[in-house]
Amino acid sequence: MKRSIAGAREWLIESTIRLAGVLAIIFVLLIFAFLLHDALPVFSEASLSDLLTGRSWRPTSEPAQLGMLPLILGSLYVTVGALVIAIPLGLGCAVFISEVAPVRMREILKPLVEMLAAIPSVVYGFLGLLMIGPWLADLMDLPIGQFAALGSLMLAFMALPTIVSISEDAIRNVPVTLRSGSLALGATDWQTIVRVVVPAARSGIIAASLLGLGRAIGETMTVLMVTGNAAVIPQGLAGFLKPVRTMTATIAAEMGETAYQTPHYHALFTIGLVLFVITYKHNAHSECPKG
Amino acid sequence: MRIVSAQKAEKLSFAGLWLCTAIVILPVLGITVVLVWRGASALSWDLIVGTPHGLLAPIVGTILLVTLTGLIAAPLGIAAAVYLTEYSRGGPLVRLVRLAIVNLAGVPSVVYGLFGLALFVTLFHFGRSLLAGACTLALLVLPLVISTSEEALRQVPGSLRHASLALGASQWQTVRRVVLPNALPGIITGLILSIGRAAGETAPILFTAAFYSLTDPFPNSLLDPILALPYQLFVMVMEVPNVAPATKWATAFVLLAIVLGMNIVAVILRARLRGSRRW
Repeated sequence: MKRSIAGAREWLIESTIRLAGVLAIIFVLLIFAFLLHDALPVFSEASLSDLLTGRSWRPTSEPAQLGMLPLILGSLYVTVGALVIAIPLGLGCAVFISEVAPVRMREILKPLVEMLAAIPSVVYGFLGLLMIGPWLADLMDLPIGQFAALGSLMLAFMALPTIVSISEDAIRNVPVTLRSGSLALGATDWQTIVRVVVPAARSGIIAASLLGLGRAIGETMTVLMVTGNAAVIPQGLAGFLKPVRTMTATIAAEMGETAYQTPHYHALFTIGLVLFVITYKHNAHSECPKG
Repeated sequence: MRIVSAQKAEKLSFAGLWLCTAIVILPVLGITVVLVWRGASALSWDLIVGTPHGLLAPIVGTILLVTLTGLIAAPLGIAAAVYLTEYSRGGPLVRLVRLAIVNLAGVPSVVYGLFGLALFVTLFHFGRSLLAGACTLALLVLPLVISTSEEALRQVPGSLRHASLALGASQWQTVRRVVLPNALPGIITGLILSIGRAAGETAPILFTAAFYSLTDPFPNSLLDPILALPYQLFVMVMEVPNVAPATKWATAFVLLAIVLGMNIVAVILRARLRGSRRW
């Protein structure tokens, strides 16, 4: 009798553990379902193409104008700018840490890079807004210290730890026989790095860049604080030096003041849904190379 | 001739790599130093306990928030990790679980905020509260708790499990008495890392937990909203005019100190753990 009680208890515990195991799946489905549920009513106000290609975001006007194009382009500008800065720098840093730096130095650099990832985004935003923005505006003679490129710059530094540490892992995992082969053929260390090691680590480096992209596109507080929050369509390269507003910043700035179940509320959930879908897809892809 | 130029190219390229690394590390190190220097010199006893904008209430709020987050995330995350390492035997379901964990880790933090608003604040009627914020943050750190716990569990050698099973212990007894105790230090390190991450997050608590109040800053129950350091910094910088610069710098410094402090503790623990492993 006592045995069977113990057995029942064990069965209960193990069932709980199995349930907890699949919890991640349940949460992903729940997030999707809730975003969809609170986003869908917006389609009684506007069609999908109105939302995605509409050029005017004025959610509080009568009737509400819910064109998300300025926000989507804002996110695109800031993110592309960030990757243009972060990918070359991150790759260079990763190659340096894994191939060039002495062992001692590597042991300091690796934790240091990981530590950079821990700095809260609101602190980056604070420094960007109070120090770096005004300083850059002064330097480049801009009217205000809040603009798209500043967001790109801050985001680049936030995405760098991800890009560096995952690329570095990939580079380190290149078999030593490949290197030895190249060196034995008379190639210099640098030639070996460029022609053999980096190409062999390609898929890991691409995965690292995609994860960095995900980090940059989903980052909220920093871009909210440093990009000036003007929901206008950025024009050409000059757009980088003007204020923009990203999708994430729009949600963060407006959800607090939005009445429940208004078109504006649903539109903000639609932006959240778009972000969820973008990051979902990209994650499914970026995991592929690793199997 | 060609060999010389190849060597020159190598020297030049290595210098370029040096430069990349310096550009990555130095500015951030520099601003951290500026922040510590300006923030620490601005910090005073009066700034902590004084009003308005005393730091005590947001510090207490953040500590309450991340403690509750840890209490919610730890059992879920550890149980999920135990499932993955001890009970699952591969197959499509496990692949799906792993894909879900990766995707949860990639969901933007502000989207967690939206989800928390829809589920905890609205549907569960928690309101904007400590509880709703902690639930939201617990979801956000869950992937990190799972992956760090899983790593700790995998470090426990199979021979220990086999020995326990050979002595007639059941699977659960083995997990509870042998595997978990041996993995515990690693699991705790991961938890500290996760809580540190939660302490610095702003976007998920914007609409679920944080508020700004000069008159009634301390919560009386789980269903009260709280002041939190990251939100306080955000509000003081973006929305409230005429906050003394010293207050902003001190707030930023305390936030950074708490978050980095937890990370440093975790890194040191991890290093010591590697040093003292018995197998």
